[in-house]
Amino acid sequence: MSQLEILKSDLTTKFGADVFKFSTTAAGDHVVEAAKENIPALLKYLKEYAGFNFLMDVCGVDYPTRAKRFDVVYHLFSSADSRRLRVKTQVAEGESVQTATTIWKGADWFEREAYDMFGIVFQGHANLRKILTHHQFVGHPLRKDYEADKQQHCNSVIPIHFNNTPEKAGDVLDPKFVPINIGPSHPAMHGTLRVMAELDGETIVRANCEIGYLHRCFEKMAETHPYNQVIPYTDRLNYCSAPMNNVGYCKTVERLMGIEIPARAQAMRVILCELSRVIDHIIAVGTGGVDLGALTAFFHLFTYREKVYNLFEKLCGARLTVSMTRVGGMAYDAPEGWFNDVLRFCDEMSDGIEEISKLMIGNKIFIQRTKDVCPVSAQNAIEWGYTGPLLRASGVNLDLRRADPYYGYDKLDFDVPVGTNGDIYDRYLVRIEEMRQSIRIIRQVCKNVPSGDYTVRDKGIVLPEKKDVYGNIEGLMNHFMLVIKGLRPPVGEIYDATEAANGELGFYLVSDGSANPYRLKVRPPCFAIYQSFPEVVKGSMLADAIATVASMNVIAGELDR
Amino acid sequence: MPDAQNNAQNNALDQSADELARSFAFTTKLDAIAAWGQRNALWPLPYGTACCGIELMSVMGPKYDLARFGAEVVRFSPRQADLLLVAGTITEKMAPILVRIYQQMLEPKFVISMGACASSGGFYRAYHVLQGCDKVIPVDVYVPGCPPTPEAVLDGVMSLQKMIKDRTPRPWKDQWQSPFEINGQTVPSSLTSSNTFAKGVRP
Repeated sequence: MSQLEILKSDLTTKFGADVFKFSTTAAGDHVVEAAKENIPALLKYLKEYAGFNFLMDVCGVDYPTRAKRFDVVYHLFSSADSRRLRVKTQVAEGESVQTATTIWKGADWFEREAYDMFGIVFQGHANLRKILTHHQFVGHPLRKDYEADKQQHCNSVIPIHFNNTPEKAGDVLDPKFVPINIGPSHPAMHGTLRVMAELDGETIVRANCEIGYLHRCFEKMAETHPYNQVIPYTDRLNYCSAPMNNVGYCKTVERLMGIEIPARAQAMRVILCELSRVIDHIIAVGTGGVDLGALTAFFHLFTYREKVYNLFEKLCGARLTVSMTRVGGMAYDAPEGWFNDVLRFCDEMSDGIEEISKLMIGNKIFIQRTKDVCPVSAQNAIEWGYTGPLLRASGVNLDLRRADPYYGYDKLDFDVPVGTNGDIYDRYLVRIEEMRQSIRIIRQVCKNVPSGDYTVRDKGIVLPEKKDVYGNIEGLMNHFMLVIKGLRPPVGEIYDATEAANGELGFYLVSDGSANPYRLKVRPPCFAIYQSFPEVVKGSMLADAIATVASMNVIAGELDR
Repeated sequence: MPDAQNNAQNNALDQSADELARSFAFTTKLDAIAAWGQRNALWPLPYGTACCGIELMSVMGPKYDLARFGAEVVRFSPRQADLLLVAGTITEKMAPILVRIYQQMLEPKFVISMGACASSGGFYRAYHVLQGCDKVIPVDVYVPGCPPTPEAVLDGVMSLQKMIKDRTPRPWKDQWQSPFEINGQTVPSSLTSSNTFAKGVRP
């Protein structure tokens, strides 16, 4: 019996027949559709008895012509056997659906986002208010009837607030405590993040974060651009490791279309991903050090980041935002000798990692500032939807490269580092070890790069080469047709995830058969992680909160999108 | 006659004094030397909001090293900075904060807009993105690119240095008014004073 059949018989026994609709999409995603009244019981059952311990994503989809306008989509994941399940329900405008925050704490921000973007009300959510758009924004921008470029100006800053909106009671600041606002653009805070805290002396009584200062409407932009033109936008999600987003997005579209990319393209993507993982961890470790007062490590690490930039530049001409992948493979082949350059870099980087490891991990002050500071237990980490290095630092051995291998990761020899305490120190230990493992992976792949083409050669998917476009009429016609008609995946939907530097980077793609995605939802890893911040830092010192933000490696581009 | 004699004497004195002065000093105008100091000791405030902020780290980093151009001391406090480097997308939600940061800086102050997003909104023609930070603050130098290469940012800083040296008139700066300002009030008294701004209307 297949997984879905087992689940189907279990659910039928428990809830009765014809309560749920089961299906499997062409790409192999399992879907359960339910009426909104059954959602809380179903989710609870799936979590407690069917082993789906992770709630990866909650999002809305708008179908304005339908009687019940919105879909609320839950993506569940079982870490024990890497199963995924999609739960869908329909909600009409003005109706509400029961919140999932009572089942998973991690549903908090995802539901707030669905409320902000679509106006879907989650009944029983303790703090359902806007999250990404500014407080003067009227309407719900991801609805299909909201124009993509209709701007609404904001002329004030939202005051310090904690649990509720400033207008609502229950948010009265206690005169015993000192309210403090950190960020955006604050010496101690990263870029666009804003943390508000109430202090008793130096101890945090309660904290809150306000996000959305870099909400640049990625998902709306994706709906208004053809599939291949979305790739540059994905670059700017997690801009510290841009190629990984390209790969994640293209892999999703390719799986929906049922394309298997050539071995050479897979190898190039793995190399790009692992190089990105290294430079992402460089930023995480380097700026983490800066926040604790260690500036030297940052400058030292940036020397190595520049070397990776050189490799990217040689490959495609861009340094940071490479947009190197296309649906169907890569944009170009690697230039001659590039793989040898990468191998040379691996040797330099190996030495660099050892130096940094000594400089930071062995440093007495660094250890004192990070060890046993704001630990997160494995149980809590799963509840919040942690993935990636932070989840592994908490002691959960989950890495999608192992759990759900893609691009030949199962044939590669590498270790998955796992921490024990889930404190800040463990997070850096895990990151530094992951850099070592990435170098190991790159070496293995670089030494055995398969020959062959770097992209599939399907006329309906990939543009012909320039020499064919200018050289013969068939190439010209293919080029013209593909540009005019666009790349058109079949009608359907898919959720696909890759292991990005910060954790599970998921893309939920709904296609209506046209040249633009109908809906593209990103499941950013640090969104789930950062929502736990107020609870994690509660009761600790203010300086520890700064160290915690740095160790979470929150990248505003993918946090706010 | 005595006058002519005096003059000749004075000229000789002047000449010798001048020669003497030239041997250990040089003459200049006060504002020229002020401009010299200003342009070679810019203290940037890196207002890094997005991808450009990461590339700005490279500009500050060991390879490109903005310190060679005198803009070495990175200050995260607007009170201590005279060059606002807007690096990254400015959203509608961020705009009032950017204006406040700009107002908190002391004169003389300069603004470099780094990258397509900061200069024009870039390819984010979207509902929550400000279409260029010059909609709310006066910009002296625009650096194109998405993100610009570090060389382009260095070029932008050098252009600004040339502007300071030539004392280029900056009407956009002189005529600037805060889009959120009302009743001549510049910097609001506290962070929680959102009501102060409530009646302000963006042109």
